[in-house]
Amino acid sequence: MIIPALFLICWHVAARQVQNEVILPGIGQVAGLLRHPAQDLISMGSLAANVGISLVRVLAGYLLAVMLAVPLGIVMGYYRPVFKLLNGFLSLFRPIPPLAWVPLVLAWFGVASLASVMKVESGPSYIFLNNLKFSMIFIIFIGAFYPVLTSSIHGVANVRRILLDSAHVLGAGRRDIFRKILLPAAAPSIVNGMRIGLGVAWMCLVSAEMLPGSLSGVGYLITHAYTMANTDIVIAGMISIGLVGAGLDLVFRLWEEKKFAWTRMAR
Amino acid sequence: MKESHILNIETLGKTFSTSNGGSIEALRHVDLDVDENEFLCIVGPSGCGKSTLLRIVAGLEQMTKGRILRRGLEITGAHRDVGMVFQEYSLLPWRNVLDNVALGPEFAGAPKKARRETALACLRLVGMESFSRAFPHELSGGMRQRVAIARALANNPDILLMDEPFGALDAHTRILMQKELLRVWEAHRKTILFVTHGVDEAIYLADRILVMSARPGRIIDIFNVDMPRPRRRSDPVYGQLAEKILNLLEKEAALSFGG
Repeated sequence: MIIPALFLICWHVAARQVQNEVILPGIGQVAGLLRHPAQDLISMGSLAANVGISLVRVLAGYLLAVMLAVPLGIVMGYYRPVFKLLNGFLSLFRPIPPLAWVPLVLAWFGVASLASVMKVESGPSYIFLNNLKFSMIFIIFIGAFYPVLTSSIHGVANVRRILLDSAHVLGAGRRDIFRKILLPAAAPSIVNGMRIGLGVAWMCLVSAEMLPGSLSGVGYLITHAYTMANTDIVIAGMISIGLVGAGLDLVFRLWEEKKFAWTRMAR
Repeated sequence: MKESHILNIETLGKTFSTSNGGSIEALRHVDLDVDENEFLCIVGPSGCGKSTLLRIVAGLEQMTKGRILRRGLEITGAHRDVGMVFQEYSLLPWRNVLDNVALGPEFAGAPKKARRETALACLRLVGMESFSRAFPHELSGGMRQRVAIARALANNPDILLMDEPFGALDAHTRILMQKELLRVWEAHRKTILFVTHGVDEAIYLADRILVMSARPGRIIDIFNVDMPRPRRRSDPVYGQLAEKILNLLEKEAALSFGG
């Protein structure tokens, strides 16, 4: 508790010295915004609503990444030839920062959203679906994909050979091997990758929400507040990103602790 | 093939290819008939291919020459009727003892209640039923191997392969485990193929001891152990047999050491 307190004191002192709320607003001002998350801000909707829509976007891109990366990683980790076939190709794309995809993604998807595909053109579901732009989901997907893939491959490839051998001798079929040996043995590594992937996905948020066609989300709120010189909203937005990110991470850590206690003991 | 043979190993050979394009001959021309209910120990210098022989019988490794018949039928892969206990700890760390032992019946599609009953019965046989809720990491090395034996027995195999199962245990525990194993074997009368590099262990346990050469592994001698059980290590026959086998092994070890 000492470090955060010191930080807040420094902030407070600095804000007093600066005396300019565009450069550094006071703690009270930002805390006020955070205390009333449902309050409408610069006619862009409330902080809570924007965090909510961001969360939906991140989860959409993230779930897509998990659904693809986990099975692919398991197959690549188990079958050496599949790994050799795909790894070189996938490694080419790994170093490309998600942000570098933006121009290409815009050329491909433009401002198309789930609403335009599902042919919903009005009503509340239109507003919701139109917020899920393909370009954003793609950026978030790219961000989450690689951590999940890498840890899935790693998790499966490092399953102790003896566990597979003994399962074979006990009469396990291919399905049993995957479901009852590989998956549970690799699960701690896979879940760890999912945790890291969710963190990266969340970090890709601001870049995704700066894309054209975006009219909501914390990322957009921050950039828009910046152009309007509302630095207090910028900071309140940043803090909410931090809080939500840390909250998601905590959920994962609790899950890992509860489910995979054996990994710490089984040394 | 004689009627009482449960296993016929015929001119078995195994050559591994190495990653740099070379090859290593692990086993050469191994011929062996194993009797029903026999306790057979295999000793040999390290690296002589005795573990490989066991892995081939288990169906975990392909042979390159010869064939193996189990009750007259050729072995082509892993089979529920052939159980195996490894030297390394092989219990699934995320499953408790009972669910580990129930694995074989589970793979065979047995209903939950039946496989739990089987597992409990096997745990009782090795004196581990009070640990059925424990996790592997909560058990000592000897207990883990007892559970591993129970797990192999849960499939009710007619051949039990044991690859230095007590090799990682301390000397005292090992002796207790040998007694325990004999008790289980006498109750169940499985055919056991037991690989060890302890000559003392082999004499204590086996009906027959098979001595293998340095690589490529061949059978160089077979000894019958005609001592009633439980065997006393102070018995003069015990010492004489140990000396014979050790002399033989020493020669082989010198060979593999020299070249």
